[in-house]
Amino acid sequence: MPFYDYSLASGLLCGILFGYILESAGFGSACKLTAQFRFSDWAVLKVMFTAIVVAAIGLYALSATGVIAYPDIYVPPAYLGGAAIGGLLIGAGFAVGGYCPGTAASAFGSGRLDGLVFMIGMVVGVGLFAAGYDTFGSWVTLGAIQTSRLPELLGISEPVLLALFALLAAVIFWLGSRVERKLGGALTAEALDAR
Amino acid sequence: MTERTHAPRPLWHPLVAGIALGVTLVFTFLLTGNGLGASGAFARTAAWLGGESAKTNAYLSAFWQSGHPLNNWIVWVVVGVILGALLSAINSGRFRWKLEGAAAIGAGKRIATAFVGGVLAGFGSRVAAGCTSGLGLSGGATLAVSAFVFLAFFFVTGIVVSRIMPKGA
Repeated sequence: MPFYDYSLASGLLCGILFGYILESAGFGSACKLTAQFRFSDWAVLKVMFTAIVVAAIGLYALSATGVIAYPDIYVPPAYLGGAAIGGLLIGAGFAVGGYCPGTAASAFGSGRLDGLVFMIGMVVGVGLFAAGYDTFGSWVTLGAIQTSRLPELLGISEPVLLALFALLAAVIFWLGSRVERKLGGALTAEALDAR
Repeated sequence: MTERTHAPRPLWHPLVAGIALGVTLVFTFLLTGNGLGASGAFARTAAWLGGESAKTNAYLSAFWQSGHPLNNWIVWVVVGVILGALLSAINSGRFRWKLEGAAAIGAGKRIATAFVGGVLAGFGSRVAAGCTSGLGLSGGATLAVSAFVFLAFFFVTGIVVSRIMPKGA
């Protein structure tokens, strides 16, 4: 394992699960998503961090028991400059447009046409990057380092790092819920319906 | 508000949604060796729409060679995301055709912000070779250094740019 199943059915199945969860979390709504940046709704950080911790523990358990091996699954290369510039642009795009690539698709699926407009904008954005590839292409591999994973970079064993991450997730839930209460509470499905 | 017979059902608790997403991510890694992503689908769509000019483009030609977008796993993931969200929204009474944010800033302005945001995200996803899901979430699950650099810049920029955006946008 893994099965390397890149069939269309596999893509569709993973996508449907992904989209169902995104919508159920409220991530088909630009209002809900961007409220994270104003700290009035912490669902984005809570859900994302929980998912990262759960999946990281799952992958660790699978690799520790020999079900999968790390070289066999895709770990993004450590192009730290490219990741920083991309993060900056996608963060700006999220604040301006209300979505990121996955959540725009989830928004469109739940009937929001602004999600579709965002998706069209993305295709144009890719086109602009491609048109200026002579200039922008070199940004992708900026700041490359050899160590691609955190445990090796920080010199911390994986179980300890995962425990620290789980603790950080708990802090995000505790702090987030406190701030949410102060700022009027997280956005409910009822509240979003009126927007 | 449009008239309706029943109220939308509540959203999932963030802990429930987070665990479900984490389990789905592990399942995706087991099935494919890769995590969940989205932005690659838009690159393939751009290459396909670009036609002849994409064929000779230094960046898009590689995507062009991988054929019609619908022959790609990642494109079906995005098709699946739309369908999954549709299922969930209908099932929970949350489905509404609307232009969210138009009530606050007007339809024209909302279309403009959604479009500009999309352009920024589309461009950025090619620089980072991934997006919030492909690099931030899936890369984060593999404890990739670049994922956490991405997420830090993503959040800080989002917070800063939010301050200068009109409310409700």
